[in-house]
Amino acid sequence: MAISRRTIVLGVAGLLLALVPPIAALTNQPFYVDLFRRMMIFAIAAVSLDLILGYGGMVSFGHAAYLGIGAYAVGIPAFHGIDNGFLQWSLAIVASALTALVMGAISLRTSGVYFIMITLAFAQMLYYLGISLETYGGDNGMRLAARSKFGGPIDLDQPMVFYYVVLAILVLFLVLGGRLVESRFGMVIRAAKSNEPRARAIGFSPFRYKLTAFVIAGGAGGLAGALLANQTEYLTPEFMHWTRSGEIMFMVILGGMGTLVGPVIGAVVLLLLEDVLSALTAHWQIILGPLLVLVVLFAKRGLFGLLLGAASRDG
Amino acid sequence: MAETLLAVRGLSKRFGGLLASDRIDLDVVRGETHAIIGPNGAGKTTLIGQLAGDLRPDAGAIRFAGRDITRFDAPLRSRLGLARSFQITSIFRDFSALDNVALAVQAHRGGNFRFWRPARDERALREPARVVLESVGLGARAGVLAAHLAHGEQRQLEIAMALATEPRLLLLDEPVAGMGLDESQQMVRFLGALKRRITIVLVEHDMDVVFSLADRISVMVYGRIIATGTPPEVRSNAEVRRAYLGEDATP
Repeated sequence: MAISRRTIVLGVAGLLLALVPPIAALTNQPFYVDLFRRMMIFAIAAVSLDLILGYGGMVSFGHAAYLGIGAYAVGIPAFHGIDNGFLQWSLAIVASALTALVMGAISLRTSGVYFIMITLAFAQMLYYLGISLETYGGDNGMRLAARSKFGGPIDLDQPMVFYYVVLAILVLFLVLGGRLVESRFGMVIRAAKSNEPRARAIGFSPFRYKLTAFVIAGGAGGLAGALLANQTEYLTPEFMHWTRSGEIMFMVILGGMGTLVGPVIGAVVLLLLEDVLSALTAHWQIILGPLLVLVVLFAKRGLFGLLLGAASRDG
Repeated sequence: MAETLLAVRGLSKRFGGLLASDRIDLDVVRGETHAIIGPNGAGKTTLIGQLAGDLRPDAGAIRFAGRDITRFDAPLRSRLGLARSFQITSIFRDFSALDNVALAVQAHRGGNFRFWRPARDERALREPARVVLESVGLGARAGVLAAHLAHGEQRQLEIAMALATEPRLLLLDEPVAGMGLDESQQMVRFLGALKRRITIVLVEHDMDVVFSLADRISVMVYGRIIATGTPPEVRSNAEVRRAYLGEDATP
């Protein structure tokens, strides 16, 4: 085969995303720049969850915690007049990674339902911590004082510039993630997901590798949170609510676990459906719910799996 | 007598009211194939589990190659040269046969914190894996998904993974379980060739397999080892015959 179906899907998807701003400008629909930027931000969060969920078998139900931490890492300094983006975004990544380190060090000692519950509990703890931050708006949240500043041509107040910054981060993250899952490190966490007793019996101690993956995913989730705060120009503890964690997990499952690209498709489709359906009716979730159930039942490898066809398989 | 590779002293393990290992003493000499036999429920798999590091004994000590490994976990024991196969085939089903063995090579080469280079392009992992895969007769099946291999091939793959870790001691828990006659004979021939190179502890129900491979046999009943000796010694041991072998097991 000259060009694989996978390459075609990736090429078309990348091209479409890159063309959104010019098309939106031509059709005079600037709203779509905003919508697709939001999709890509959630795609980053979903891809980071896929690293541990799809490749590491770690069903983390607290991934929204990093969105919140990343958002507050931008919002709180901005509130105090510190708007340096490099500083804010580094803080977002480091604070989320450290949180993931603590959360992972505890939760990875358990498995199954206990793992899910502990990650969920951690995220809810942070949600209530956010609510208790009266200075920063408590449960109402607060407006972002100003978007992150980077100087030079990178001005996030320009919708197109911000859009391509997010696209660049998403593509870079997909490339890095793609290397990671095929590397020796990636093989260890995938082996541990596939059969942990066997992985241990041949000499791997999975804990430290799973924890590392957990921390990487947390850091990336934090970066998505920093982007989200700039996107919405508003931050609230709702970013960390467990329903948000569920939404990110759904993007991963909808698009296809363990594929990296699938979660991007999942994020785009889920947010698109939300957008379209909520325009139709206030009870749009009644339509969305059954739709999602059908996908889970009939497309076990997600939408990306459908696009790739039955023959191909990620080995 | 030759050097003792594995020395077990006073090993005990209790599950509730059941004493699965009752003050077990066992010496495995370097180079021998040591079979452990006994009726169902005698505690053979529990013993293997403690030797491999999956189960913590309640009392007793395990020395391996001169080191006390009683408190070492399974990955550490594996890296010290103690490899195992499981009673129920345990492989990475969603990886190719070659991937399975390459993972075992990687586990012992280290470098698990390398994030960039594709592991499947690394000759240092793939070449040794291919050699081992060929040695167990799966060379032609390297690219096949492990889940799609025949049952006998999966058992061979499991042994290939164990061998890829270059073990000093191989723990085999019923290596021919569930195999057809042809596959079983092929496995016995393979193990017969292998036993010259490596020390083996073999748990097996099939007496033909045991008597054709074992240099020494230990007989377990109710968590205790009631006899250890060469196959003729064990065969003629009155207590063993009464407890386990029975008349019909005599060839």
